[in-house]
Amino acid sequence: MTTTLSDRGRELGKKTAVGQARHLDERLGLSGGVRWLLNYIFPDHWSFMFGEIALYSFIILIITGIYVSLFYSDSAREIIYHGAYVPLRGIHMSEAYASTINLSFSVRAGLVMRQMHHWAAVLFIGAIGVHMCRVFFTGAFRRPREVNWTIGLLLLTMALLNGFFGYSLPDDLLSGTGLRIFYSVFESIPVLGTWAMSWLFGGQYPGTPDLFARMLVLHMFVVPVAILGLLTAHLIIIMRQHHTQFPGKGATETNVVGTPMWPGYAAKSGGYFFMTFAVTAALGGLAQINPIWLYGPYIPYQVTTYAQPDWYVGFLEGSLRLMPNFETHLPGHMIANAFWPGVIVPGLLMTPLFAWPFLEAFFTRDRAHHNLLDRPRDRPVRAAIGAGMLTFFFVLLIAGGDDVLTVFFDTSIQAMVWTLRVILIFGPILVGGVTYLLCKELQAVPDAGKRRRANVIIRTAEGGYAAVPSETHPSQAGHAELAPAPVDEAAHEPEPELVMSGAPGPAAYPSTGPSGIPGVAVVQREDPAPTMRPGRGLRRNRRSPRNGAS
Amino acid sequence: MSDKTDNGGEATPPAPPAPAVPPSTPVAAPLDAEGERWAEQMSITSEHPGRVEFFVGLCFIVSVLATIGLGYTYAIGGQPQAEGALLFVIFGGIGVGMAAWGKYLMPRGPFVEEREVLTTPENQEKFARTFRRGQVAVEGRRSMLVKLFLGAAGAMTAVLLFPIRSLTDKNPVDQKYFFGSGWKKGDLLINEQGKAVHVSDLAVGDYETVFPRGSTDIAMDQTLLIRVASEPVYPPNQPEKASWSPQGYIAFSKVCTHAGCPVGQYEGQFATLLCPCHQSTFDVLNGAKVIFGPAPRPLPQLPLMVDDNGYIRAASSYGVPLGPGFWDRGGRQ
Repeated sequence: MTTTLSDRGRELGKKTAVGQARHLDERLGLSGGVRWLLNYIFPDHWSFMFGEIALYSFIILIITGIYVSLFYSDSAREIIYHGAYVPLRGIHMSEAYASTINLSFSVRAGLVMRQMHHWAAVLFIGAIGVHMCRVFFTGAFRRPREVNWTIGLLLLTMALLNGFFGYSLPDDLLSGTGLRIFYSVFESIPVLGTWAMSWLFGGQYPGTPDLFARMLVLHMFVVPVAILGLLTAHLIIIMRQHHTQFPGKGATETNVVGTPMWPGYAAKSGGYFFMTFAVTAALGGLAQINPIWLYGPYIPYQVTTYAQPDWYVGFLEGSLRLMPNFETHLPGHMIANAFWPGVIVPGLLMTPLFAWPFLEAFFTRDRAHHNLLDRPRDRPVRAAIGAGMLTFFFVLLIAGGDDVLTVFFDTSIQAMVWTLRVILIFGPILVGGVTYLLCKELQAVPDAGKRRRANVIIRTAEGGYAAVPSETHPSQAGHAELAPAPVDEAAHEPEPELVMSGAPGPAAYPSTGPSGIPGVAVVQREDPAPTMRPGRGLRRNRRSPRNGAS
Repeated sequence: MSDKTDNGGEATPPAPPAPAVPPSTPVAAPLDAEGERWAEQMSITSEHPGRVEFFVGLCFIVSVLATIGLGYTYAIGGQPQAEGALLFVIFGGIGVGMAAWGKYLMPRGPFVEEREVLTTPENQEKFARTFRRGQVAVEGRRSMLVKLFLGAAGAMTAVLLFPIRSLTDKNPVDQKYFFGSGWKKGDLLINEQGKAVHVSDLAVGDYETVFPRGSTDIAMDQTLLIRVASEPVYPPNQPEKASWSPQGYIAFSKVCTHAGCPVGQYEGQFATLLCPCHQSTFDVLNGAKVIFGPAPRPLPQLPLMVDDNGYIRAASSYGVPLGPGFWDRGGRQ
């Protein structure tokens, strides 16, 4: 018999960690919940990492954001620059811009922090987007996870908004132009537009001294708190419902197969957090992003050519560029041109996403609980529509740089815009159709996409050749056949005092320890289990079921 | 934390004999076949733990060395590229070390846990019964109280929205800049340097941004003054506008009618104005008519005149709202 890690850990723990934790537990009653957490199983699949990148980027954003905020001035007051960056000396600029320049050139480690903050924002939104694609194409949004899908979309919206606010705070020429467009777009909203924009900007932009102070409150407090709240709800709901998982390896609709939080996942995911931090730091130090000192301060009558916003608002820029030039005139009123590409088009992209879980349930009449994920090919219609929407998004994103493309392809802007307009309409249909056919093909091919062993070509003694599958690597061979074992140690060790051993639970929910988390419902057992065991003092019987309707 | 350890710490009251609970189970309980498999699943993943331990340790040591490097870099004044690279090694060392630790030196599993049921009909029924406890408080005549409460809450919410209006109190929105501009008849054209433009200042093909006297800070007033020719120019069928461009000086609002960007690129060869934001193109010789792009309206033209001293002045105001459209802008212009 081998001494297992758990044995060793228990021996050590008796002397140190557990011994200390006991005092805390007796006061706070933590052991049940924390033990539940340590047993929590994460399914092993690479595609589950994108959400983690988003989460970790958000943490990086908070840390670096607090730092850069200490050096930022939200004042629009005009000053003359006399700082470390020589080319801008003597130039009139706002204090907001000057403070960002000073952060970049005069504060030690300031530039790295600022660029890490910007890169983390880019990474945050990108990771959310890819995570959303994963959830969409594998059907992870289906019942019971519609609420979390909605929360995720709200998070994406908040992230986009806050990215734009943060991008605008330095008051450089590029972001100032972006703000001017933002103002014009939202000013175009019927009835409310001019009012809402005046309230937000504190007047008519440009020329609004309070703008940066207001945007800073939104960027540093209102939106981050909203994100934090939504994120907390997102994670609590995930843990309540447990992760989805792909079929196979003993995975069923009623269980979760994978790595428990403690110790495996804590180490792996903790390492992943540091790796995300490492990549962000490398980008922040080595890859220049948003060099505002090259753009100069925002002067309303100046503008740069080849001006592109951060990638995540590029689709709005492209939408504005591809729009035909009409305005709608009503008696005494007007629906401005920018309303359609700036408000309606993003609405057209987001509304189907919000409605998708309900639309799909309606059309497929599938209202069952789903914990097992789809392979995208098995849902060709969903995959086709998703691919079509992605195409629409990316064509708009590309159109956001149509001036650069025009120069690159040495053509005229007219030809470029018309080409992109045609691609915008027909591209999604084409890509959706091809995706549908590819899914059907993949369904027809047995084992498509499965990893296969390499073939080894052998020359026989007679001079002929034969291909035989290679052998499994020895390190993979021995343990592959093991069936997943219940993570709860109690299931493996004799524990005669447990109430459970005398009264088996319903067949569908064997062997697992009921949740120790307050408010988490578990199956009600027939016999009245004692909630306090004699001789245990304040320590409660953490195995006793609780009524969860609180 | 094991339920089986029973050491009776000092905070635990004296334990009465516990008939149903046997004394603590030995830690290393004898394992049956199932237990053997459990032991197998609890053994670590790696076949060569020594190598992995060495690698993980190395990662952490490299991270510590990079920390020293970063501290030194910071102390001597900082250098962004070095800081980024060293941070990469610091975080990367910890990250790779932890991940290798988690991948190779952890119980190999696989593990499974059953999902908890989210709820049961009994739970829901119990909840409903608990909730109905409140019914007695809102029954019969008391249902009126509920309506009154909702009314009060609604009124309170409505009145709490009023202060939103205060957001524009500090800098009241000047309606003038929605429906007009600061330009008045007789205004001198002041350029970026703060000088009035004289008729001899620009050669044909030159252009500059001008503001009316006294409002150079108002972005809505920005106007592009171009000398397109040495003679007056006018749209083909509007000869009456010839007087608007004395000696080939012509002025258009610089605020794009699409999204408000400054229309700042003049192509003398084609006499076109290009907005660099969204590539709207305007024909200067034809009243800044839109040739291409998303702009829905021509750039409004500022009529000019030359005074007795040769300075260029506005012959009138623009007469139309400038810039992008909005709901209350009203009719076609």
